[in-house]
Amino acid sequence: MTILTNKADKIDRLAELTQSSEAVTGTSLWREAFRRMRSSKMAIIGAVIIGAFVLVAIIGPWVAPHGPTAQNWRSEVFPNQGKFVGMRGENWFGLDHLGRDMFSRWLVGARQTLLVGVVSMLIGLIVGALVGVLSGAAATLGGKAGQRVDTVIMRFTDIMLSLPSLLLAVSIAAVLGQSLTTVMIAVGVVQIPIFARLLRGSMLVQGGADYVLAAKAVGIRRKRIVLTQILPNSLSPVIVQATLSLATAIIEAAALSYLGLGNPDPAIPEWGVMLSQAQRFFDNEPMMAAYPAVGIIITALGFTLLGEAMREALDPKLRG
Amino acid sequence: MSLLELDDVKVHFPVKKGLFFDRTVGHVYAVDGVSLSIEAGQTYGLVGESGCGKTTLGRAVLRLNDITDGGVVFDGTDLAKLPSEEMRAFRRRLQMVFQDPLGSLNPRQNIESILSEGMAAHGIGKDQTERREKIKDILAKVGLPSNALSRYPHEFSGGQRQRIGIARALVLEPDVIICDEPVSALDVSVQAQVINLLEELQESLGLTYLVIAHDLAVVRHISDVIGVMYLGGLVEEAPSDALYAKPRHPYTKALMSAVPVPDPEVEDRRERILLHGDLPSPANPPAGCRFHTRCPWVQETKCATERPPLLDTGDGHKVACHFTAEIEAGTVKQTLATGIEAVTGTETVAAEAVEVSEGETETEVPAADAPEKAPVTVPAQADADAKEKAAAAEETGAKASDATDVEKETADATDEASGATEKAEGSPKA
Ligand SMILES: Nc1ncnc2c1ncn2[C@@H]1O[C@H](COP(=O)(O)OP(=O)(O)OP(=O)(O)O)[C@@H](O)[C@H]1O
Ligand code: SF4
Ligand SMILES: [Mg+2]
Repeated sequence: MTILTNKADKIDRLAELTQSSEAVTGTSLWREAFRRMRSSKMAIIGAVIIGAFVLVAIIGPWVAPHGPTAQNWRSEVFPNQGKFVGMRGENWFGLDHLGRDMFSRWLVGARQTLLVGVVSMLIGLIVGALVGVLSGAAATLGGKAGQRVDTVIMRFTDIMLSLPSLLLAVSIAAVLGQSLTTVMIAVGVVQIPIFARLLRGSMLVQGGADYVLAAKAVGIRRKRIVLTQILPNSLSPVIVQATLSLATAIIEAAALSYLGLGNPDPAIPEWGVMLSQAQRFFDNEPMMAAYPAVGIIITALGFTLLGEAMREALDPKLRG
Repeated sequence: MSLLELDDVKVHFPVKKGLFFDRTVGHVYAVDGVSLSIEAGQTYGLVGESGCGKTTLGRAVLRLNDITDGGVVFDGTDLAKLPSEEMRAFRRRLQMVFQDPLGSLNPRQNIESILSEGMAAHGIGKDQTERREKIKDILAKVGLPSNALSRYPHEFSGGQRQRIGIARALVLEPDVIICDEPVSALDVSVQAQVINLLEELQESLGLTYLVIAHDLAVVRHISDVIGVMYLGGLVEEAPSDALYAKPRHPYTKALMSAVPVPDPEVEDRRERILLHGDLPSPANPPAGCRFHTRCPWVQETKCATERPPLLDTGDGHKVACHFTAEIEAGTVKQTLATGIEAVTGTETVAAEAVEVSEGETETEVPAADAPEKAPVTVPAQADADAKEKAAAAEETGAKASDATDVEKETADATDEASGATEKAEGSPKA
């Protein structure tokens, strides 16, 4: 039950950030937030990490010195005998258990990891936003029946939120079978209730604003009010959450891959899969696990730092 | 027949509790049986303390709140029972200006979009070009530059934002505009301008107003009829002049006694009535006369048991009190101590009442006691004002309503309000 309240509370607090648009308005809200973020160390470090990660993800496969699957040095590595090759001039990160260049695999894997993170987050964001809009619209403008619809949806998302996210993801992945799509869906589904609750809460805050009443007073139809007035003003916390979600999505995707539910195709390296493969040889060659692990941790840290900095910059209570 | 008639309008907000199924555990009786009528082309001023249900009543007229019971008859049609799509069409003719000018404008829409949206919804104007022409027209009328069109609400000052709010109502060519505390969020210097603008627009466009305010000074000038509200109900209603000349309900008397008189001599003799206790909660209003928990004249019979109806005491002066005649004749005496302090504005009444109820000794200071003279010190200026005003009144006839006039009045009221509050804090020690 504490998990439920903690998660839900955190989401609700984020949803209340939309209120800030009353104090400082619309476009200038983000401009102001941006100005504050520029002087925040957290935001700068986060942005630099993310920038580097995205750069690596984009150009990685082109600058990789060797093919990620080419077993060029097969004859030098004997995992059974505990014989590995570490860092050297030719192979910056050493070789893996099949004699492939780890550095090239790491570069190519970055793109895969980013892809998994972004797609999972988008699944959560899009489905969650749809559910949230439905719930929020029903609650703000749907009368008694609408409020009932909203209550049912929200209780359902509460139940989903109360389950440990990794457990939920593993269950979904187990049902869908081993593949990259599985990982993305499983991680995405876990994010759905978060985005749903967040957007709905944010819309409820906006729905009570005077300008919504004013729009109703001049005779604009309900649907139009929701779409053109309430929704655009409810998105700030969703953008913050999307950034934070990229961090959790990358970690959870890696965890699922590590558990062997990820992409079975060795041709496409991915940090989570690399980590899982390195596990067997951890005693002899811990560095094999270190590269993908550090990659995952640092990127997740980058997204978290930027997301938290955004949250702080938008928070009216902290605004000077 | 009046243009707008409210017939026993009630708005009760359910108070809900419960995790899975919301149970109604009680009601907030925000508006509890208000009947009033507004004639075409006139201004009805609705006054009352914060929380007495003014906004709720105003919104109920436009059906922005659900109406629990009663009728809102506009031009022969009962809006309370209209299906929502038909109601939407009627909204064109009934418009609202909001209390918070910034909050009532969508921060992400520019002025053109804000103003044309309603027009589009009602099919006014063939296309955007035609609508833009009309909007430019209206902007000129409310005193905004036409380059305002492409700008956003935060780029304007408070007074300008309220002008935008007024323009938004005007573009739909409404018959009635409900102004919910149209100036209370504005600087004193701007208040007069906006009030004057409303007045000019009424003259040129033949508008009918329901003006809501918590401050008597604001409505006095522009209202033909004034209604005084207390805890969800009207306690007194009269033509503006009659109400000011002779308030008859104890609550109105208390409110009026709080408004300082510019003439220092009259000011000295002015009887001040202090209200006791807090405004009761509208979720649990007192039985009988809603005002009996605070009324200085409260009687043992009737007051706590029977709710007094709003009755005409002659010349359209309506009062909801069992003892109107007796209080006037002096046969019924004040039962609770009064005459303590000069107070200005309803808010000060409330503030003082709280202070007293917090257990400080209640001293009965005679009306003309020494510390009482404080408001009279502001008055070198108030005196001049009074003279000037008298002169102006002679020149322009009975209705002296130029900008400076209103401006001074409001400014004075505010000055003295702060003075009164200061004194209120000092007096118990004296
Ligand atoms: N949606 C609502 N649900 C429950 N109670 C409400 C709601 N809206 C208003 N109230 C309550 O109804 C009462 C009247 O509120 P209202 O806003 O009409 O007062 P008001 O006279 O306009 O006050 P103010 O001068 O502060 O604007 C208040 O006690 C308020 O708390
Ligand atoms: S009815 Fe009684 S309590 Fe109410 S105002 Fe009249 S005298 Fe006061
Ligand atoms: Mg109000």
